[in-house]
Amino acid sequence: MNEFFTLMKPELLIMAILFLLLFIKISKGLANDKLLQFIQVLLLINFVAGFFLNAEGKLFDSMYQTNAMIVLQKNILNLGMFFISLLFTDWFRKCEHLSEFFMLMLSALLGMFYMMSSGNLLMFYLSLELATIPVAAMSNFNLDKKVSSEAAIKMILSSAFSSGILLFGISLLYGATGTLSFTEMPALLTSSPLQILAFVCLFTAFAFKMSVVPFHFWTADVYEGSPVVVTSFLSVISKGAIAFVFVSTLFKVFQPLHDIWYNMIMVLSVMTMLIGNLFALRQQNIKRFLAFSSIAQVGFILVGMSSNSTQGTASIIYFICIYIFSNLAAFGVADLISFFTGKENVDDYKGLYQTNPLLSWVLALSLFSLAGIPPTAGFFGKLFLLSAGATTGNYIFIGIAAVNMIISLYYYLRIIRAVFMDKNETPVEKISINPYTKIGLYICSAGIVLIGLLSWVYDYIESVVN
Amino acid sequence: MNLLLLILIPLLTAVAVFMMQNNNQVRWIAFFGSAIQLILSLGLYVVYTNARNHGDTAQMLFEQNMPLFKSWNINLHLGVDGISVAMIMLTAFVVVAGVLMSWKMEKMTKEFYFLLILLSMGAYGFFISLDLFVLFFFLEIAVIPKYLLIGVWGSGKKEYSANKLALMLMTGSALVLVGMFILYFGGGKSFDILQLAQTNIPTWTQHICFPLLFVGFGVFTALFPFHTWVPDGHSSAPTAGSMFLAGISMKLGGYGCLRVATYLLPEGAKEYANIILLLSAIAILYGAFATMMQKDLKYINAYSSISHCGFVLLGIGMLTKVAFTGAIMQMVSHGLMTALFFAVIGIIYERTHTRQVNEMGGLLKVMPFTITLLFIVGLCSLGLPGLSGFVAEMTIFVGSWENPDTFHRIVTIAGCMSIVVTAVYILRAIGKTAMGPLKEEYNHLSDAAWHEKLATIILLVGIIAIGVAPFWLNDLVSPGAELIMQKIQMAK
Repeated sequence: MNEFFTLMKPELLIMAILFLLLFIKISKGLANDKLLQFIQVLLLINFVAGFFLNAEGKLFDSMYQTNAMIVLQKNILNLGMFFISLLFTDWFRKCEHLSEFFMLMLSALLGMFYMMSSGNLLMFYLSLELATIPVAAMSNFNLDKKVSSEAAIKMILSSAFSSGILLFGISLLYGATGTLSFTEMPALLTSSPLQILAFVCLFTAFAFKMSVVPFHFWTADVYEGSPVVVTSFLSVISKGAIAFVFVSTLFKVFQPLHDIWYNMIMVLSVMTMLIGNLFALRQQNIKRFLAFSSIAQVGFILVGMSSNSTQGTASIIYFICIYIFSNLAAFGVADLISFFTGKENVDDYKGLYQTNPLLSWVLALSLFSLAGIPPTAGFFGKLFLLSAGATTGNYIFIGIAAVNMIISLYYYLRIIRAVFMDKNETPVEKISINPYTKIGLYICSAGIVLIGLLSWVYDYIESVVN
Repeated sequence: MNLLLLILIPLLTAVAVFMMQNNNQVRWIAFFGSAIQLILSLGLYVVYTNARNHGDTAQMLFEQNMPLFKSWNINLHLGVDGISVAMIMLTAFVVVAGVLMSWKMEKMTKEFYFLLILLSMGAYGFFISLDLFVLFFFLEIAVIPKYLLIGVWGSGKKEYSANKLALMLMTGSALVLVGMFILYFGGGKSFDILQLAQTNIPTWTQHICFPLLFVGFGVFTALFPFHTWVPDGHSSAPTAGSMFLAGISMKLGGYGCLRVATYLLPEGAKEYANIILLLSAIAILYGAFATMMQKDLKYINAYSSISHCGFVLLGIGMLTKVAFTGAIMQMVSHGLMTALFFAVIGIIYERTHTRQVNEMGGLLKVMPFTITLLFIVGLCSLGLPGLSGFVAEMTIFVGSWENPDTFHRIVTIAGCMSIVVTAVYILRAIGKTAMGPLKEEYNHLSDAAWHEKLATIILLVGIIAIGVAPFWLNDLVSPGAELIMQKIQMAK
């Protein structure tokens, strides 16, 4: 029993928060202000508690497994959740169904946690669904906007489709190997055509959730239609969780099929970087812009994934940790501006620096971090992904990735240019940022600057992975 | 001497500048910060020569090695030899002058100085790091400041120039990045320059790696045909920005070509030396002829920079010790000279509000100090003995002549010929600016203010110190050049 509590601690904590919110809701409820503060405190406690009393082991006949690396990954996601609760304070305060929204978001997070800890394909499938369906409901939260419903329906339909493919893959794999357990699977993989077909189905489902080209078509519409909070949750937390699971599944379970998935990853990575970048070049809406740029970022994560080594795993965790800081900061700024002024176009950002210097610097830092320019942490994140990818000796691949870094710099600079250089008769008026959001923005900026320079962060991640 | 100071002082200055509210405080803090850095770098020179005179023959002095990312074997490895000391002194001179030249900058003063100091930190870090990864980090750290300095405070088609510069320089760094990885995995998983110099890097790796690294760094130093960012970037940047770009930033490339590409990959250097020579000869002649067509003072200096930086690459491509020494001296000399040139142009432009040579005339009457400096710097540019330009170019030519075959001779002669063209455009530009009847609207113009005088005199001191007594610089850098030459001779 004791083991049950220590091993499943992250999930149990999230569940406790969930039930607490439920009880508050059905008793007499709290005003949004109070409730939000309460949630922020709970999420902070949840994040801090993630570092204590951790253990390694398996539960329920290896259905559930955990180790130091998985705990670290969960902590990173917890941190992201805490940032979200801080950064989007204004939107949350206005939200009509705040407790429901957080319940949905936390259930999705719970699903992701179970997914990261799953030791069995069925468990994996169940938790993946738990991580998906609440997000579709969340996408619909701008109740007065049609695009929001459209986003929700697009998300749920396309997710259902990818789940179908995933289930098909799982059943084929079960037919081909006779097991669903992750631990028994590797020994039974022989690269027979049936197994490869099953693997491709599985791979497709992963690629779909991570919005890897050519399975990315849902991303831009869903990102644009949903509230910014949901967009940032999808592009940071959800994508991070899937990347974590994807990398450990590939490196551990499907290790025998390495020759096959290496080529798949390489081709998909090049396509993802290129198409994400090329589409991002011409976007006017800032949410769509960030959507396509985050597709391009996935391409870089795939570069690290192609390495098939512990350094690859470490660099992906490191990158996602940095990505949480930088992308959430960018979304936080975009949300503030769209919440107070309703402006979401790149052209509306012209002259932002004149009126909102703090927001401009945070946005600039986060964009430079996403572009991978020093001294921001994104530079180290991208460089380690590339050098992990270079361990295979495929330098042309790394060259293509480096070229894509230049293309991406071009469109990130477009925003920087609008913010700092272009003149505008009617710039965005001065936004009074509330203290919670301010703290969030400061922490994110500090993280962007420091995570890379404090080299022990990477060494710590690497030591945990080993 | 602790080399970390060279990074920490600019960093602290930048932070302090950012904290200040009052523009006047910002200026003085930036000035004090850069002045301390100048004193420190002169101190470094003294300490360095002292150590050498006392028989310290280690390749790098004041070494420090701290592990940074253990699993990738990345270390904060710092150390200097004569070449780095020369480049650090150049940087310190230009930074102080740049800070002084921007004294009257009223638009977002704080941000301007913050970026300026950040840019200089990148250069200092670049010149003292002995680890490729850290070197690359400092190379790229300067991209944001350069982009913003041109884009926000520039003039003319500034957004276009800023974009062009950032993207082209990033392309250069991308090439360096790939080359760096190949070197890392081909050379026993180490980024350390001194270790890599000891390992035997396979010939085919050298042949792949060298062009990547050389062209990558070459983009920074206007290697033909990747020079196109230079005219636009230099002419659109604010005065201090142009001074930094031409005086420091372009030198990062030359230093990288020499220290990283040529030193670590001698076989590659031998393989591609003729192509480098060809490209640099084209750059020298093309730059000189293109300058003849320019009417804008900043464009004149920008195109002539392409020509002068061509000499740096020519010296490297010649692969002789004297030519290497000359290339380094040319970097220092051109850095000081071009910074002074841009400073003078800035002073003139601030008063006449035009940079078109045709619209000026007779300025010598109203601005004797400034125009005298313009004469001196022009003569330095065309290689008048007694000034730094002559010393550097002469050394390169002497070094080049050591190669006896026809090809090297032709390239050298082509390079020498450009000096004639230089004389034509420099004398014409100066003549039109300084001589002739003074236009009425320029009657009331005032001469340089105290801060401008101080800035230009600091740079002038450097130019004359090299021009009149070149031996100290020669003694400083030639042991470093000798080491690179030894690697070349050992290579197949």
